Amino acid sequence: MTILKSLLASAAILVPVVAMAEGETVGFSQIGSESGWRAAETTVTKQQAEERGITLKFADAQQKQENQIKAIRGFVAQGVDAILLAPVVATGWEDVLEEAKDADIPVILLDRNIDAPEDLYMTAVTSDQVHEGMVAGNWLKEAVAGEECPIVELQGTTGSSPAISRKKGFEEAIADAPNLKITRSQTGDFTRAQGKVVMESFLKSEGGANICALYAHNDDMAVGAIQAIKEAGLKPGEDIKIVSIDSVPDIHLAMKAGEANATVELTPNMAGPAFDVLEAYWKDGTMPPKWIQTESKLYTSDDDNAAIYESKKDLGY
Amino acid sequence: MMKSTLRRVTPQIVILALVLAANFLVFPGFFHVEFQHGRLFGNLIDVLNRGAPTALLATGMTLVIATRGIDLSVGAVMAIAGAVAASAVTGGAHWTLAVLMALAAGAACGLWNGLLVAIFRIQPIVATLVLMVAGRGIAQLLTEGAILTFNDPGLIRLGAGTIAAVPTPIWLWIAVACVTGLVIRRSALGLLIEAVGINQTSSRLAGINARVLLIAVYLVSGLCAALAGVIVAADIKGADANNAGLWMELDAILAVVIGGNSLLGGRFSITASLLGALIIQGVNALILLSGMPVEFNLVIKALIIIAILVIQSPRVRHSLYLLRASTGPVLRERPSRAAPRTRPEKGQS
Repeated sequence: MTILKSLLASAAILVPVVAMAEGETVGFSQIGSESGWRAAETTVTKQQAEERGITLKFADAQQKQENQIKAIRGFVAQGVDAILLAPVVATGWEDVLEEAKDADIPVILLDRNIDAPEDLYMTAVTSDQVHEGMVAGNWLKEAVAGEECPIVELQGTTGSSPAISRKKGFEEAIADAPNLKITRSQTGDFTRAQGKVVMESFLKSEGGANICALYAHNDDMAVGAIQAIKEAGLKPGEDIKIVSIDSVPDIHLAMKAGEANATVELTPNMAGPAFDVLEAYWKDGTMPPKWIQTESKLYTSDDDNAAIYESKKDLGY
Repeated sequence: MMKSTLRRVTPQIVILALVLAANFLVFPGFFHVEFQHGRLFGNLIDVLNRGAPTALLATGMTLVIATRGIDLSVGAVMAIAGAVAASAVTGGAHWTLAVLMALAAGAACGLWNGLLVAIFRIQPIVATLVLMVAGRGIAQLLTEGAILTFNDPGLIRLGAGTIAAVPTPIWLWIAVACVTGLVIRRSALGLLIEAVGINQTSSRLAGINARVLLIAVYLVSGLCAALAGVIVAADIKGADANNAGLWMELDAILAVVIGGNSLLGGRFSITASLLGALIIQGVNALILLSGMPVEFNLVIKALIIIAILVIQSPRVRHSLYLLRASTGPVLRERPSRAAPRTRPEKGQS
């Protein structure tokens, strides 16, 4: 009886989907407001849905997996056409994703992956954080052009996966350049305040003249470090080259002022590729690959940073 | 009075000297201070400057702990105060008004804690937990979850600027500590706070208005936290509601404990707590200067702090006392000092 019911229900959902290309409903279970980037992701997802004429049902999980599971069950009960999930943790998703699968609702993971059988979700749209680190490292390698360059590194929160991956990628990129060497590396906890404090310490223990470049695992720490460099009487961007990751609005402001040199974008537009995939699937049933890597775009002072700042400042960073 | 204070804080001074000496061993240029670009520049200045938030919090926390209470909300109050100041200044208010509004927010938070503890008689750890959890939410609401940046030079000077070549935060925490210390020790207030901490019932029976005193200490703690929050926000030219003051309440409590103050209330020394704050900052500086892999940060900090607390434990102190008493030279000068020496030890354990 219940099987029949769910079959009928999924048929009822599928019929209108096939009938019309637009007007689908997509449920989005977001983690919560843990950082500015995530707020921007939410904003961009809403914008993308609006542009494509998709009705977005948004659920904020306030950093709790049980809320996300409840939200997904709610989406299934409402009979949405697809579910976007930014998973707060990697494990414990099997049961609820099974339910979505039984209801024939495709699930797409955004910006984080999970430990679950691959057939439980359609695809995962994430950035490759090792690649981000490599893009940053390659930029620096080109920028110094063979000159001797001692680097200081501001790591993210110790043990967090972006900190580990971004460090790894950067180190791989500079491994074949004997002129590039990391002389000091400390954690700045991904925050401006700690980035500033640690940079102050670097400037004293190494001496400002002995630091050629700073690599920060996120822009916020770089912004803090820029202030420390200025207070030490040096010119950030000239005396010390600065490369970081994320591309938040404030780093573009710093780049415009010539105080930072490059940033690698962690795009908040994870929903765009996800919607592309869904539209193709709805059109002719195309199944995407299991992993869609977002572009890790490099911005330097050659770009129009004023315009980028304007386009990003209202996204909620 | 000066002499008794000095004797009270001797262990803290010795520990601070050891921590600074360790810094010197790791980085020989540690004590080098130079005048550069209109400001004093050096690691020692950094310790004093970066220790400002903890020192401010520790000042208020010492008073709260002396009444047998605890204030877990100070970190969240910092975030609130920073957010209030930042949103006021970005809204066009003059920076002095912004600071006053931040202090008022801190006072309101302190008042709330005080009311819960003194009037509703909720245990301090529970009462202040409310604001610890909710306060950060309030701050996030004010900044809408993002880092609220500002460019007001007046406000920025409080965190990143200097007065007479010395970073402003150093002036601020020393001034607050001196004013608090003077008011409390030059009047009977300190004695009354200690009395409330040792036995609230009998102090009330003796005619002390314990309620007002309790509310007052939480108010002072809220004000100190608000000032610390303004400094932290001004330092990075932005209010970071997610991270400002995060876990700072624990550092503040630790500073008070390293200062040899008992969590059971009673006798207290603000000077010792301030030295405790500097010790913590000295350890932080040591970790940064050592250049060790980041995975060791918390292990090193934990080991040093365990060592400090064990050295200060009553048993080790007693053994040290016995050891000194059994050696010759100390014995000779003992008779004149023996009596006043044992008493403070008892009060603190």
